[in-house]
Amino acid sequence: MTPAHASPRLGDTSPGSPRPVSGDPTTARPVLDTADVGRAVTRIAHEIVERNHGADQIVLLGIPTRGVTLARRLVTRIAAVEGTTVPSGSVDVTLYRDDLRLRGVRPLEETDLPPDGIDGRVVVLVDDVLFSGRTVRAALDALSEFGRPRAVQLAVLVDRGHRELPIRADYVGKNIPTSLRETVHVLLTETDGRDGVLLGPADVGRAPAGTEEAR
Amino acid sequence: MNRHLLSAADLSRDDALLVLDTAEEMAQVADRPIKKLPTLRGRTVVNLFFEDSTRTRTSFELAAKRLSADVINFSAKGSSVSKGESLKDTALTLEAMGADAVVVRHWASGAPHRLAHWIRGSVLNAGDGTHEHPTQALLDAFTMRQRLGRLEGLNVGIVGDVLHSRVARSNVLLLHTLGADVTVVAPPTLLPVGVDAWPCAVSFDLDGVLPKCDVVMMLRVQRERMHGGFFPTTREYSRRYGLDARRLAMLPDDAIVMHPGPMNRGVEIAAEVADGVRSTIVEQVANGVSVRMAVLYLLLGGDLSAGSEDVA
Repeated sequence: MTPAHASPRLGDTSPGSPRPVSGDPTTARPVLDTADVGRAVTRIAHEIVERNHGADQIVLLGIPTRGVTLARRLVTRIAAVEGTTVPSGSVDVTLYRDDLRLRGVRPLEETDLPPDGIDGRVVVLVDDVLFSGRTVRAALDALSEFGRPRAVQLAVLVDRGHRELPIRADYVGKNIPTSLRETVHVLLTETDGRDGVLLGPADVGRAPAGTEEAR
Repeated sequence: MNRHLLSAADLSRDDALLVLDTAEEMAQVADRPIKKLPTLRGRTVVNLFFEDSTRTRTSFELAAKRLSADVINFSAKGSSVSKGESLKDTALTLEAMGADAVVVRHWASGAPHRLAHWIRGSVLNAGDGTHEHPTQALLDAFTMRQRLGRLEGLNVGIVGDVLHSRVARSNVLLLHTLGADVTVVAPPTLLPVGVDAWPCAVSFDLDGVLPKCDVVMMLRVQRERMHGGFFPTTREYSRRYGLDARRLAMLPDDAIVMHPGPMNRGVEIAAEVADGVRSTIVEQVANGVSVRMAVLYLLLGGDLSAGSEDVA
């Protein structure tokens, strides 16, 4: 997740209701447009199927909020290619974060696992932005308590660099080199009304990214 | 949310719904092979119980342990309280030991409020005298929402020993905040002074109220607090205010029966009603753990010095 939606508001989860984008949108520069996002998701879907020799063993788990949306889109794309609907769900990592004590308490998001669980499957974690890697670490901790997957892979729409942990993505929509002071805003139709990725200047009043914001 | 949870009245509608929504996520932990979250590692929760309790104390203990907090159980029996130590000195001792939260049950109404002025950590009221028991009200609301799908507009009858019941007061306050319509039903001798000022209706006639109840909550007759003749005989009380099979049949088809426990079977509730399919009594206990996990997380999960301004 980007700083743009680091404080999801409760009750603001209805599809299509745009979440506020922090920073000044007029100075945020588009780096991916609607068609680019669509192509990236389609390519990742193909890569997932190719790498795993089919879709039989795969479970897609999105990290709220936009990771869940992306996971749903990947399910649709994989179904179009392979003809099978892979199980999917969501993993809220809030309770496993290492930065809980750095700020006020965070509301929880939904955790929704497929009925057959994740034991012995290949779990593909899906998130919008890969940044410090701390969210993914929290997700790996969460997964270990839900079961024992055969393997865990990671798919992200944007890799913006600045890793603080030895974590890398298996599937990347777009590598975007950024400075720590910049913000990456991923927009998806379901939550923001349109698709796109914006690169903006640092939010006014925020600590430099990577200190306060652990994603 | 405030730093403390002392009264159901302190919770705004948004706060209360946040607790219930958080509890729904916490409830999933009970279904997992490993029923443990790392969230409150390194936090210390003290259970300070000056009154006997089975379910509330074990429920808070389990909730804190599932969140990986360290738990210290402290009961008045077998502690320095029996040597005459005051509440304040006890509190300062716990403070010195670095308690991040104190869960307190006390026979004196208002004891948790006093405690909140003396210590830096969060104070959670787990029942004070005949005053309040906010986490019970939250778990009752959670159970109603789980069974009936909503709280807004529900008709809830709270029946029995309202005078001595902290559960009744907390439930009336919370359910009013959440938009339910509450009627308390009791003999005149078991209603507190000032009940007219509560945000609920009052009735003496159980049979008249039952047909429109979505929820009927039976209260325990608290004999240990009764030092006078509040009703002629237990049998007469049971005949006029007890929930038996005949009265159960007067309820609408999908109505549920609740009881905060412990029950006096055969007094306020008949055994066949308590064990029937409409009874949520066992669910209430299970939900108690989830709701208390939610409250502990919301009070202790963030930066304790900065408060919790991020919470709606």
